[in-house]
This record gives sequence, structure tokens and C-alpha cells, in this order.
Amino acid sequence: MYLIRLKESLSCQSISTYAWGCLRQISTSLKTQDDGSGTNYIDLPGGKVPLTGNLTFIGGPLQGPRIATYRTVDMTGRPVDGAHVPNNLDREISIKIYKTMATLQTMDTLFYEAQRQGRFSFYLTSQGEEATTVGSAAALHPEDIVFAQYREQGVLLWRGYTLAQFSNQLFGNNKDPGKGRQMPIHYGSKELNYHTISSPLATQLPHAVGAAYALKLSGSNAVTVAYFGEGAASEGDAHAAFNFAATLEVPCVFICRNNGYAISTPASEQYRGDGIVARGPMYGISAIRVDGGDVRAMYNAVREARQMAVASCRPVLVEAMSYRSGHHSTSDDSSRYRTTDEMRSWRARDPVARFRYWVQLQDWWSDKEEQAMRVTTRQQVLEAMEEAAKVPKASVSEMFTDVYSGPHLPWNLEEQYANTLKALEESPELKPSDMPIVSQ
Amino acid sequence: MLLIAVQSAGLFRDKVSPMLRQFSLAMRSMASSEMTVRDALNSALDEELARDDKVYILGEEVGEYQGAYKITRGLLQKYGADRVKDTPITEAGFCGIAVGSAFAGLKPVCEFMTFNFAMQGIDQIINSAAKTLYMSAGQISCPIVFRGPNGAAAGVAAQHSQCFAAWYSHCPGLKVLAPYDAEDARGLLKAAIRDPDPVVFLENEILYGQSFPVTPEVLDKDFTLPIGKAKLMRKGKDLTLVAFSKMVGYCLTVAEKLSKEGIEIEVINLRSIKPLDRETIVNSVRKTHRAMFVEEGWPQCGVGSEIVTVIQEHAFDELDAPVVRVTGAEIPMPYAANLEIQALPQIDDIITAARKLAKK
Repeated sequence: MYLIRLKESLSCQSISTYAWGCLRQISTSLKTQDDGSGTNYIDLPGGKVPLTGNLTFIGGPLQGPRIATYRTVDMTGRPVDGAHVPNNLDREISIKIYKTMATLQTMDTLFYEAQRQGRFSFYLTSQGEEATTVGSAAALHPEDIVFAQYREQGVLLWRGYTLAQFSNQLFGNNKDPGKGRQMPIHYGSKELNYHTISSPLATQLPHAVGAAYALKLSGSNAVTVAYFGEGAASEGDAHAAFNFAATLEVPCVFICRNNGYAISTPASEQYRGDGIVARGPMYGISAIRVDGGDVRAMYNAVREARQMAVASCRPVLVEAMSYRSGHHSTSDDSSRYRTTDEMRSWRARDPVARFRYWVQLQDWWSDKEEQAMRVTTRQQVLEAMEEAAKVPKASVSEMFTDVYSGPHLPWNLEEQYANTLKALEESPELKPSDMPIVSQ
Repeated sequence: MLLIAVQSAGLFRDKVSPMLRQFSLAMRSMASSEMTVRDALNSALDEELARDDKVYILGEEVGEYQGAYKITRGLLQKYGADRVKDTPITEAGFCGIAVGSAFAGLKPVCEFMTFNFAMQGIDQIINSAAKTLYMSAGQISCPIVFRGPNGAAAGVAAQHSQCFAAWYSHCPGLKVLAPYDAEDARGLLKAAIRDPDPVVFLENEILYGQSFPVTPEVLDKDFTLPIGKAKLMRKGKDLTLVAFSKMVGYCLTVAEKLSKEGIEIEVINLRSIKPLDRETIVNSVRKTHRAMFVEEGWPQCGVGSEIVTVIQEHAFDELDAPVVRVTGAEIPMPYAANLEIQALPQIDDIITAARKLAKK
């Protein structure tokens, strides 16, 4: 904050003399104002605030009941009586959601195993959060711009990113739309309005707010959606994004995946207040807490949130409570910081199984279809991986492009590219066999 | 072999040289009026806001307050609160928001009250703005300009005086510009705003109030300068002096003084730190065979390190003497006026170093 230098300095004495004079002159009328209801208040640049004679503090470490979690089915998938469901899922969308969740589950398992076998450097599953991502994605419109964290491949899958595209990105081959630039799971798709993943946590939150501002100025009816974990919500960028979204008044939906862990840090160590939902009101943002394992609840909450964001051009916050069933990533072994009992009890509440139960209850799905689908999906994932592994890696000719815009490389990069080619020519042993020089 | 930087120390100076107006000696003969750098920047912003409704300005105090340094004076009144946004105090926040809006197609001009405060948002500048075009394989561009005062001002000490030219020019994906006079300010800022890539625009607080001649061409609403080209401010045959921003003015004064001693100095105004105009620098050294770089920033890994390296890599055989750097003292900027003067290159320091180099 810049120190503003005063043109004239008022001495302490002259300020106090002035104030004293004013107070004595206007004593009774200035001190309290009455709005007619008997409440006293003071009028400040930030607005009117009521007065009280009580010396009481509000807040403190988790006082009183926590904010309730909206859900429409129980932990087994049975509908709960009296739950408010403004948008019931019809057969078509339910089957689409279910199949997407099952594909996600299969894809996550097989890609994870492939990494363990050394086929690519890194992978991150979304086990336990399939309902959070797919359920929320189903409630969005295709033109809504998604700014995800890294565990939202379910959103991409829902929108139509193919198994081949996932595989190509993981293998960094020359069919990867990302041209082998990003490490695994850092997907991006302009056509599907899914921004390329930015690794530093929570940087996507201000991005989503800025993009929402652009949407607002253009008069669009789309929203931006920022996904983030409860751990990322501790970042400074998250605070700035919430405050800013509220003051700028933009159509941004914040979806927090509170999955209980930030690598090894349990949520109980991440914050002392009532999770992320309780922060909403502090910023003037409407917020709701939802069972992240309940597809219908996620769908309805996000659909309502989206409508509010568009109708009143303001941010809305959804906190989805779930559990990260898998390790943080392939670089983690979570058995080191949590018990197998805990993990087992949550696997029993697998969101995919919960939704399957509900879909079968509607007579829209059967065990037979389930078996067949699982076999086919597994086959499809394995085939996509086999194909991707055969494709040559991204070529050297793409190494220096896209640093800057425009068809031509700046002179310094042109020079460096020429030097690289020359070095490869002079020492062919430097070039791996699966690395083409020029794009095929 | 490189000569280590000549630091500003009491030895080389016998009196305080006041930081007065420096005139661009490469005056166009058709100069018809004068303009302060502040007005140059303000008029450039005004014209670009009028030209393209995707352009907007955001930052602390840019609107109602008319800008902390009055660079955005009158713009809120003219274009409204949608185009000139006052932000809460969060560099990480408004920088990230500006970047996000650029991803979505707007063209933000993000003002930092000084680039010192930009460090609180530097992740957004480097990891998001600079790298996203590459990471997204050309799908997402970031047509943003980050601008504000850079480097030393006067009496604002350590946390308000750092020069960031070296840091930003290090990173691929960014373009880094440093205007000196009013012509630079107008031409480079307009070019930066029209450029599809993220540009870091390093201004200088002391130069804001200084007047420079401007031609009708410079005042044209479509006047832009090419990014990546340095300007030969003054021709000479004995010595090449390279600088950017305020030090260009100092070098011009030095050149004028030393020409009375028969030393003809060629002064290069970099204008663009990234991309660097290597050709202009090397061509000059081929002519003069002696080179010196002046900057206010710190010596280690400063912009001067790159200039010296470029010269020795591409014109080693042309050199009659090692390249010299004159830089700021390697200390956090002290407050006391006498100490601050000692910590920065003064005209006399540059004169002494240039004389010494010319006689080698």
C-alpha cells in the first residue's frame, strides 16, 4: 500500500481542536440517529451499521451447529422423504450420467495402473468424487467456461473429451491437442470450454472471475465455473477471487470439492471455521453445502446456483462434501496418513454404486447391462491406451512455437530452433527413436 | 574477460547532480510541441480505449482517484466504470482477474501502483499470463499489458525501488518494454495494447513529469513503435552507450558533455528489453569498438549481464576493451537522500567511466 504524502500536515493539536469544536456545537443531533424503528445506527462509508450496548463476540472455533448438507438420496442410494428436488432426472440423462461415471471410474483405474507400470509419468484419479464432477457438469451449459483444478476429468468426459484424447495427452504424443506441452492430467480443450489446467493451486479462481467479467460485458448468458478443493481454498488467490467476484458482481459459480484431504492434510487441519460454505456469507455470496456423492443433489444445487448467477449477475458458492477414495496422486501413498478402516467405510459409500442403485430402482438399468458395459468400457480404455502408445511423441518442430502469438517465431527462437536442429544432425545419438523432428 | 561493474560510490563524485530534465538530443527537426510522459501515456490509453471496446483498465486508484500518478486522469469520466475499474487491494486478485478476462477475450491494461507490489501477483504474470499460450498449444492467448512505475523513485527506500527488468525479461512468453521519452511512451504503449501477447511495460516515476518534444506523427492516433527495436538516439564513433528508461537521458547528457572533449558517443535507447535488439547493439559496437551499459538495477544477473554477453558472443573480435557496466549498488535501497544518491548511477559516475573506457 503506497504511503500517500499529505500536501499540508495537520498537527495533532489542530485536528483535536477542530473535532472538539464540532462536537460541542452539534452535540446531540450527530451522536445518534434514529431510523424510526428505535434502532440506533452509524452511517459509514461501508454502509449503515446498527449499534448495541452488548459486549459480545461472534464466531470463534466451530461454535454451534454446522451448516446442513443438502441431499436427496441416502448413503445406499434410496430416495429420502421430503427432499426438495426441483429438477428430477429423467431416464435419458440419468443413463448418460451413470455411464459417464462408470467410464470415469474405469478410466481412472486403468490410467492409474498404467502409470504404475511406467507408461507415463503421473496420474491423479477422482475416485469418490464421480458424482461431484459429473453431476455438476450435467447441470451446466456447454458454453459455460470451466476453470478446473486437476481432479475434474469427469467434467471433461461429460462434455465429450474422448478416451483417445485423454490417452494422447497422458502419453504426450503428437496427437495430443496440447502438443505434449503439459504434464499428464493437465488437459485443456477450447472447443469444450475447459481451460488448460494451471498447476499452482487456486490461480484458476481469479481467472474464472475475470472471464466472468468478460462474459458480463459481452451480455452473454453463460457463466464461468471454478472448481477447487478445500485445501486450495486456503490460498490467497481464493480469498481475492471470492471478494472480487462479489464486488465486481459477476456470473461465476464456485464449486468446492471438499473431499476431506489435501494430500495428507485432513480438512480438520485446513480450517477452523465451518468449512468453505460458511465463508460465502462473509463475502456476500450465496452458498450451499451439498452431499457430493449424491448426483441428484449436485445436479439440482448447481442448476439452481447457475440460474441465480445468470439472473442476478453475481457469484454463488457450492461446497460439495465427499471423500477422496484414492491417493492424492501416483506420487502419494495415503495409507501412511489414514486408516484402512476409514477408507473401507467410504468405498462402501461409492457414489457410482449409490447412483446405480437409484437408477436401477427406476428400472432404467439392470445387472446384465452393467456387466456388459463394464466389459466394453474396459476394452475401450485399453484400446485407446494401446493406440496412444504407438503414436510418435510430439515433434521438435513444435518445441518453439506458441511461446508468442503469430505464425512466425521471433528471431531469438528461430535461432535457437536452428541450433537445436543442427545439434541433432551432428549428434544423431541425442535423438530418441520415437521423436520426430517435424510434425507428421 | 569482463570488467566488473563500476558502482556508484563517493569517489567518483564531488557534488550532487540533481535529477533534472533530460532532453532527447535526437530531436526531430519538425518538433512542433512538447508533451510530458504522463500525458503521453494518458493520451495513448485514451486513444486505445476509444479504438477497441475490448480494452479496459484496472488497478488500485485508477478510477475515482484519477490514478495514483494521474496516468489515468479523466478516463473514468470519459469511459465509465466498466472500462476503468477500481479494484480492492489485492495484486494477486486483480492480476489474476485481468489474466482471466484476457483468456476470455478482453484486452486488459493492468496497472500496478509500482512493480514492487506486482510481486504479490507475480505467479499470475509468469505462470498464467506468460506460459498459457505455450501450455495450451496456442489455444488460449493472453493479450494483456501490465504497466506501472519500475525501479528507483526518490526517497521511497527498499520496498518501493527495485528494478524488475531483469526478472521479467528472463521469462519466455513475455515481452518487456521500457519507454524513455514521450514518443516512446505513446508508441510503445499503443503497440503493447495492440499486441496479442502479454507485455510488461516498465515506466519510471521520475520521468512522468518530464517534457519531451513530439511531432505530429507521434501525436497521430495510430502511431505505434515496433516492439523489439532499439532507437539510436545519438550517433558517435568512439564509444557505444546502451541504456533504457531514465538512464537514456543521463547517457545523452554525458554524450553532450564528452563531445566537448572530443569523445563522440553513440547512445542506444533499448526501448525493448525482450525481445532485445541485438542487431542494433552489435552494429554499433562494430563501429565504435568500445561499449558500456548503464542501469539503475543491481549488477548480478541484471540486464547488463545479458548485454555484455550478447556483445562478447557476437562482436568479441570487434572489442578494443572489455565491456563496462555501470549499475546500482548491490544493496536494498536506503532512504536517506545522500545514501540514495550514492546507491544509484549519477551523471558524473557515467562520465568518469566513459572517459576511462574511451582512453583505453
